[in-house]
Amino acid sequence: MSEKKPSFPRPLPSTHLLGTGTPMCAGCGGLQVLHEIYDLLGPKTVFVNAAGCLTLLAVYPFTPFRGGWLYTAMAAAPAGAQGVRDALDILISQGRLPPEENLEVVALTGDGAAYGMGLSATSSAIERGLDFLYLCYDNEGFGNTGQQYSEATPHAARTATSGGPRGFFGYKKDLFAIWAAHRPVYAATVVGAEIMDLARKVEKAKGLKGPRLILALAPCPTGWDFDPKETVEIGRLAVKTGIWPLKEYVDGRVVHTKIPHPRLPVEEYLRRQGRFAHLFQPVRQEELLRELQAQVAAYWAQVTG
Amino acid sequence: MKVTAPGRALLTGNAAAAWAARLARVDYVPAFPITPQTEIIETLTGWIDAGELDCRLVTMESEHAMVAAAGAAAVTGVRVFTATSSQGLLYALEMLYAVAGWRAPLVLVNVSRGLAAPITLEPDHNDVLAARDTGFLQIHCATCQEVLDSVLLAFRLAEDRRVRLPVIVNQDGFYLSFTREPVELPHPETAAGFVGPFDPGSLRFTASAPISQGVAVLGGGPYSYFRYEMHLAAQAALSVYDEIAAEFATKFGRHHPAVEAYRLEDAEFAFYMMGSFATRAQEAVDCLRQAGWRIGLVRPRLLRPLPDARLRELLAGKKAVAVIDQNLSLGKGGVLFAELASALYGQPQAPLLVSFVGGLGGRDLPPEEFFAMAEVLKAAAQEGVAPPPRLLFTAEELAEVQKLRAIAGAERARLKEAP
Ligand SMILES: Cc1ncc(C[n+]2csc(CCOP(=O)(O)OP(=O)(O)O)c2C)c(N)n1
Ligand code: SF4
Repeated sequence: MSEKKPSFPRPLPSTHLLGTGTPMCAGCGGLQVLHEIYDLLGPKTVFVNAAGCLTLLAVYPFTPFRGGWLYTAMAAAPAGAQGVRDALDILISQGRLPPEENLEVVALTGDGAAYGMGLSATSSAIERGLDFLYLCYDNEGFGNTGQQYSEATPHAARTATSGGPRGFFGYKKDLFAIWAAHRPVYAATVVGAEIMDLARKVEKAKGLKGPRLILALAPCPTGWDFDPKETVEIGRLAVKTGIWPLKEYVDGRVVHTKIPHPRLPVEEYLRRQGRFAHLFQPVRQEELLRELQAQVAAYWAQVTG
Repeated sequence: MKVTAPGRALLTGNAAAAWAARLARVDYVPAFPITPQTEIIETLTGWIDAGELDCRLVTMESEHAMVAAAGAAAVTGVRVFTATSSQGLLYALEMLYAVAGWRAPLVLVNVSRGLAAPITLEPDHNDVLAARDTGFLQIHCATCQEVLDSVLLAFRLAEDRRVRLPVIVNQDGFYLSFTREPVELPHPETAAGFVGPFDPGSLRFTASAPISQGVAVLGGGPYSYFRYEMHLAAQAALSVYDEIAAEFATKFGRHHPAVEAYRLEDAEFAFYMMGSFATRAQEAVDCLRQAGWRIGLVRPRLLRPLPDARLRELLAGKKAVAVIDQNLSLGKGGVLFAELASALYGQPQAPLLVSFVGGLGGRDLPPEEFFAMAEVLKAAAQEGVAPPPRLLFTAEELAEVQKLRAIAGAERARLKEAP
């Protein structure tokens, strides 16, 4: 695997901003990535959340957040972020709020909201040039309601609503490309398991103004059916098999920040998860496996020329 | 900010709403176009572009987003105004519940318009009544002057520490939104003095005082507690409103009570309705009085909270009341009727209520119909039995619809025959 050397300039934070004792499942990849990103962003952050698993982070009267939190509704996080950002700007420009009281506004949603229900709100927030960071933890399904398939579910995955022998009929929507087509100031894919890559991207995003996406693959032990202790490993395998390309869009260009070489066969990733078990038992579904491998190969052939 | 209030001016209801927002010195207006509301936003935009209003207006991609942004901005600490109609209000319904739950003290003007299907641009009250239980308080206006005054009152009401709930100010599409009436524009300083500066209270997102808003609760206990708190706040809004309306009257010389009673003292009969069509009822009352009738009008301006006790007092001892609903709860009937019946239930001196549904989709209510309703009331009072609810609809209208249906049917038949 040829990796660009991590250029993160300073040690990662060693204390965590996000409190412990949340009701998330053990090994939750969404929680992992939120922990990491919150530490990098710092406490001057307000999260504007859409309905999803992480909505249950703040359950009255407790909150694990040191900064602000606003739960909106499933389709409304970017619009809520707009209201908070605009209000802060108004207050600061009118001298009603000192600039040091300013906050970074972060929309925090799952893939169901980001790829589907909230997409028009997202598209329009980008179009308006809203200064916000959009953090999507992509667990590839509607986690909170029991892992039904979403527009982010990969082909052939078994979910609560794609239980047939061939799994999910559709293909994962390319949210990163949709964002890129909007010409945001920044967009990046990350995974909690690749912390240095993530840290560099979050630092970069933090320094910019305007619409910014951090799209994080969030291995989900409950929905994907694997042992919670394997979250990190599954995340690494997603990168090493080429299934989850780590990349960023900046200055109008897409750059891959890690090019897996050699690329492990996708099977190494699929085998570890119950949601793909039907590809291997009771019979090996050669055709489907070939198709999944070919998709990944085609992607990398295209981007590495 | 250069504000030049022209004193008395001819203004549409929409312009009056925009003027009120301007006089309240709103900081933020998230918007989305829908007829017949658009003129409000266009007017505000014009002032902002001309540098006459220091306010940020953002065109959102939907009313759902508009209300989300409105609520989020209000809980971050700025004064927020917005406006919509009809389908827009319904599209925002999910967020109306949410921002009311955040206790976001914003003001939304709804310009009433009927709901699809069939689609129409003309008004009735089904849109705003769909928002009845959201936690937004509702003020219903009968004139353009009332639109202006009610928006100023609404800001005071929403922001009052004893209330802190968002408010809808409703005006009828076309009949008010696009009708010019003489409107008294208060002096900007007096208006600003009345509304006061925005007080975010415990709400706001800042670095040094982090808060969580809209958080989840586990179990029905805390949920019931917070919902009931909203209910109590909405009830408390009634006496707060009375206070504010009294202060408004001393400052501006115009009194807008929670319920308006017209020629009611010695009345045996009354019309009960809200919105601009009630001015029709008022005229009918004058005519009927000339003909010797003892009849009056009761018009609730506040629908939420509903001034139940006031209604009971006003209507006690009346023989019969015609409740005229410009809405239709399908499968049940008029919403105002059901609401008034529940308010009067079990009252020893309660009048007989007779239900009429009229004015749907902008259908006019001509004077003759008020006279006819008065006759029905009298007969009902004599017999002591209310006739079944009825739709105000004429034989000519039925013939007209039948003609339309015949044309549509003939077209269909002709097309089927075509090769
Ligand atoms: C308008 C609306 N429809 C449906 C729901 C129910 N709901 C709550 S969370 C959720 C799943 C969200 O999925 P995703 O965005 O992927 O987040 P995750 O649950 O996976 O964290 C759904 C469907 C809702 N809250 N609001
Ligand atoms: S269902 Fe998945 S995403 Fe949701 S909390 Fe559990 S592990 Fe996390």
